[in-house]
Amino acid sequence: MKRFDLIIVGAGPSGLSAAIEAAKRGLEVVVFDENDKPGGQLFKQIHKFFGSKEHKAKVRGFKIGQDLLKEADEAGVKVVLNATVCGMYQDKEITVRYNDAIHHYKGDAIIIATGASENMVTFPGWTLPGVIGAGAAQTMMNLHGVKPGNKILMLGSGNVGLVVSFQLLQCGCEVVGLVDAAPRVGGYGVHAAKVARTGVPFYLSHTIVKAEGEDHVTGVTIAEVDSGFNFIPGTEKHFDVDTICLAVGLSPMSQLLKMAGCQMEDNPKRGGQVPICDECGRTSIPGVFVAGDVSGIEEASSAMIEGRMAGIAAAEYLGYMEKSELDENLASLNEALDGLRLGMFAPKNRGKMIEATEEGIPISTNLLKKGYVADDEIERFPGVVRKAGIHPVIECTQNIPCNPCQDACPKKCIKIGANITTLPAVDETAECVGCGMCVASCSGQAIFLVDETYEEGYASITMPYEFLPLPQAGDKGIALGRDGQKVCDAEVIGVKSSPAFDKTHLLTMKVPSEYVMKARFFKRV
Amino acid sequence: MNQINDRSRDIGEFVPAEDDDMIICRCEEITKGEIRQAVHDGMFTLTEIRRYLRTGMGLCQGQTCSKLVKGIVARELGVSPAELEPATSRAPMRPTEMRILGNEVED
Amino acid sequence: MGTRIEEHPILGKQEKGRMVKFFYDGKELTGYEGEPIAAALKAAGVMAHRYTKKDHKPRGIFCAIGRCTDCVMVVNGKPNVRTCVTPLEEGMQVQTQYGVSDKPFEEQ
Repeated sequence: MKRFDLIIVGAGPSGLSAAIEAAKRGLEVVVFDENDKPGGQLFKQIHKFFGSKEHKAKVRGFKIGQDLLKEADEAGVKVVLNATVCGMYQDKEITVRYNDAIHHYKGDAIIIATGASENMVTFPGWTLPGVIGAGAAQTMMNLHGVKPGNKILMLGSGNVGLVVSFQLLQCGCEVVGLVDAAPRVGGYGVHAAKVARTGVPFYLSHTIVKAEGEDHVTGVTIAEVDSGFNFIPGTEKHFDVDTICLAVGLSPMSQLLKMAGCQMEDNPKRGGQVPICDECGRTSIPGVFVAGDVSGIEEASSAMIEGRMAGIAAAEYLGYMEKSELDENLASLNEALDGLRLGMFAPKNRGKMIEATEEGIPISTNLLKKGYVADDEIERFPGVVRKAGIHPVIECTQNIPCNPCQDACPKKCIKIGANITTLPAVDETAECVGCGMCVASCSGQAIFLVDETYEEGYASITMPYEFLPLPQAGDKGIALGRDGQKVCDAEVIGVKSSPAFDKTHLLTMKVPSEYVMKARFFKRV
Repeated sequence: MNQINDRSRDIGEFVPAEDDDMIICRCEEITKGEIRQAVHDGMFTLTEIRRYLRTGMGLCQGQTCSKLVKGIVARELGVSPAELEPATSRAPMRPTEMRILGNEVED
Repeated sequence: MGTRIEEHPILGKQEKGRMVKFFYDGKELTGYEGEPIAAALKAAGVMAHRYTKKDHKPRGIFCAIGRCTDCVMVVNGKPNVRTCVTPLEEGMQVQTQYGVSDKPFEEQ
């Protein structure tokens, strides 16, 4: 039987990161993945990631995937694709199905990085063609270049539901509504706001009554629910749709670990059945490690760090690294991981109702209920200032670990400081030159440049714009408010594109001065 | 034996519900009502439910329904889903044809 | 229903290789060689991939990554082929699956 120093199951962000670290220390590493392409879900992520500059913030997910593959290649990692690990047994033996045969391998150490699978909810008609997982939608549009549908209803307001809704809009689908049974938006407010301002209505405390259609989905009915999640009669709303997209959470895919006899626990905070493990992924079986979503649902950035930790822990376990070196490495990786687990959405705050920011500012209740900050709430946040001439308006209203905007401004107009979750503030003494680097750098698309005195009676507003067809100077249309409703007529006065903006175009429109703090999106008519 | 497996425990009568015809296991086409009834027939563990009804034993091997089935059984038993032991995990993790399963090679 | 995305604001124009002919229930369709069969069917507006054995209900793409097995069809005479992860080949015979057969229930 072929033996490897280290076998890794799963070539997603955590598995590849683990493989890179272990291979760099001299281990013979093989990675098996059941898919025909490596990278896990990273290649479906087309938005810019949050975080710090040191950890790939403002880089789009698929680019992070490309970088990771290159790094793995350079480190000499062997990735075997279309190879399904279908069993894991005593003494770290696995069976792998590929090329129509079953192969047995032994690893002196094994890292399980199988990721997660999507949760589902049931309602009458949920088995009809046209009801799909959010992951399926991402796969169809971002990998295969095919629209999942034309008119779509999204169920789930967590980050997956919000991000996928925006991606659906980007590929030209109509999103008729974003629905969640919970009373509050679950994902980042900035993700919600960029969907809401295009005109997608949010229906919180609502869920699906039924999907309609005989051979495939032709419509959907939703209704409001009470605090006990029971439908409130008379609140039904119908939509003609061809697709219903479900984004209702993920569960760790931990069956191999259970099969191998690892101690497991059912931990709702980590998403379900997970192995009991320590900070660097050591399970109850010596030499079996875990990394990424399989040990608790988080996101790709933390999965990559967990992967690196498991990779070096495996190297130390097999004697390729001294304990002292391991501890040193773990300390810095732990620090990075802690940095990602800060703020309102940190794992420790899951399920908690947070009413004020770290600065003591009341959270926008409208944002949580409708997906956008109301006009009378926005000016209480430190990034939102009024002054003559051009200046940034930063509509970042929740503490999340993200700071690229601070470094993006060449004139130091934007201040976050050492604490990465602090809300960005505008330094009114610094001189904004209107370069737009901050607008393009914001992963949440929450920064606008406004010139309140653009010309007599008119103000200009520059916004991030990632849709096609790209409007051009002179185009006339309407300005939409944060709520996606028409505010006033508007005219495009410029569109800037640059490799430095990485596909985020800067669209500048002109609106009557009184709408400068209201208009936030341009729509052609 | 834990408290959940105690068959002498009274879980009450099976009460029909409006959504009993909802498909839960998409592969084997098992409904919510069948699963609830199975609990009242004495199937208290997920492994028993699986053998009795074939939930999670179709092509997808429980990828979609295992969490849903667990929730339904837990509710019927009046316990938290976290207290229920998940069904046994065993190879092959993915549907595999017998001709492949029988084709073991050395390399 | 679903249509191809000609140009994407972030991903640009996708390079998809050669357009080939294949057969869906005997009808000639085209798709890109190597893309999943399900993607080619989606682009052609096909929603129902199969009808279930017990209740004869329609099913289509659900997870799109080979996990849920709802999108299986009869491909080149072989039933239960996951169309979302099986690459399209020139001349492929793709048929709606009824239960585990390519014959409608009334003919079984």
